[in-house]
Amino acid sequence: MPEVEQILHSFYELIVDGSLLRHCVASLFRVTVGFYLAVLIAVPFGILLGCCQSIYRLLNPFIQFLRPISPLAWAPFAILWFGIGDLPAIFIIFLTSFFPLLVATIAAAAGIHPMYFQVAANLQMSRWNSFRNVVLPAIIPNVIMVLRVTLGIAWVVVVAAEMIAVKSGLGYLIIDGRNALRLDRVIVAMTAIGTIGVILDSVMRKLERIESVRWRIEQK
Amino acid sequence: MNKSKIRLDRVTLEYGKDRKHWWGFGKNEGETINGATKRVLDGIDLEIEAGEFVSILGHSGCGKSTLLKIIAGFVKPSGGSVWIDGLPVDGPRGDHVFVFQEGALFPWLTILKNVSLALNSLPDPTERIRKAKQYLELVSLEAFEDYYPHMLSGGMRQRAEIARAIAARPDVLLFDEPFSGLDYLTRLQMREEVLYLHMMLGSTTILFVTHDIDEALQLSNRVVILSEPPGRIKSCYTIAIPHPRLLSSTALGELRTEIYHQLGVHAAL
Repeated sequence: MPEVEQILHSFYELIVDGSLLRHCVASLFRVTVGFYLAVLIAVPFGILLGCCQSIYRLLNPFIQFLRPISPLAWAPFAILWFGIGDLPAIFIIFLTSFFPLLVATIAAAAGIHPMYFQVAANLQMSRWNSFRNVVLPAIIPNVIMVLRVTLGIAWVVVVAAEMIAVKSGLGYLIIDGRNALRLDRVIVAMTAIGTIGVILDSVMRKLERIESVRWRIEQK
Repeated sequence: MNKSKIRLDRVTLEYGKDRKHWWGFGKNEGETINGATKRVLDGIDLEIEAGEFVSILGHSGCGKSTLLKIIAGFVKPSGGSVWIDGLPVDGPRGDHVFVFQEGALFPWLTILKNVSLALNSLPDPTERIRKAKQYLELVSLEAFEDYYPHMLSGGMRQRAEIARAIAARPDVLLFDEPFSGLDYLTRLQMREEVLYLHMMLGSTTILFVTHDIDEALQLSNRVVILSEPPGRIKSCYTIAIPHPRLLSSTALGELRTEIYHQLGVHAAL
């Protein structure tokens, strides 16, 4: 283990020369883009599959086939397809976030109590209206919860994703520190990852307090 | 020829046969047990006139709620047909509205917004809100319009749901044991409210599924008793006593004894 003074010293060093901030921003950028891409695709797709059983039956085997393959197994292909730079890491983070989000959204949409659709039919809601007034609000609490969990997983994977094809990011800092036998730097990067993880989670928790989401918590 | 409001023509339901829900997905209620079919309803014939208040009584599991869901168009019968105003029921419609046991208010909307959803046909949103407030006043919930359902008591929730149902201006209201989740006192109060609404709405036809004999006696023009499963109509009683009815009156007392016997209850009397 490196000495405490040494860790503090390299902490100071990395802050002063601005590289810690640079690495943090690089990692956050990749996680943000990969995660939001996954949300934008997985949530609408999940609603469609959750509401339409015939499409679900058709596609579910493929989803279950792809789901257990570790996103890191895609690393060589990520480099092959996207070259060197941010894109392979973003792709891996996208894959990591996509399947948990998709599966949870499908379950949330399929689990909406049939009674609510019966009420919607009685109130003569149009398809669009029942989507807006029933499907969306009913799944939002579940989706927000899984967003929180998934963002955590995405943040875990960023280190692994940055071990390939990039020269920046907290994951790179760890690999670089390991190669140079600078374990003090590795610990600095680990600390930064943990701190950002706490901040990200508290931001996501704020979402759970939105008025239209609170019903789910208070109902219990 | 066919003047009655609702006509059930040999309505039969068997589980394990092709029993499709109209929404086409969700849980497969009523799957076969060991491949055997189970007959739940067995040839129900019933005619109901406009403005009638008909209670359906029976043991739990006799198919009375299912019968109501068939009339609502939520469940397709495996045999027979349902006619409302001379038209066959082939799915849920806006003019016959179902009032659920409990928890059918959208929990993510305030009760005012819940009620105003029933007024979606009005193009002007301010008019929608104004009307919705009137319906909440009708069930004395105007002070709670901005409350979410989980903030209200069971009785208030049920009143809000009734307000939403009548805001849709149905001519048939289908109540599925609407008060079974409420405490005894609230239940008594709700009887008065429903009677009041039925009087006020005039020509609205009400079907009321319950297992509370007193409720049926106090509210309805007609009581229909279903047999043990598979459900058949066992007997019908017309109650011509004007409202308000005194449950302790001899006429109702005799009827109550009679109905208890019909349902196979002797010890409780």
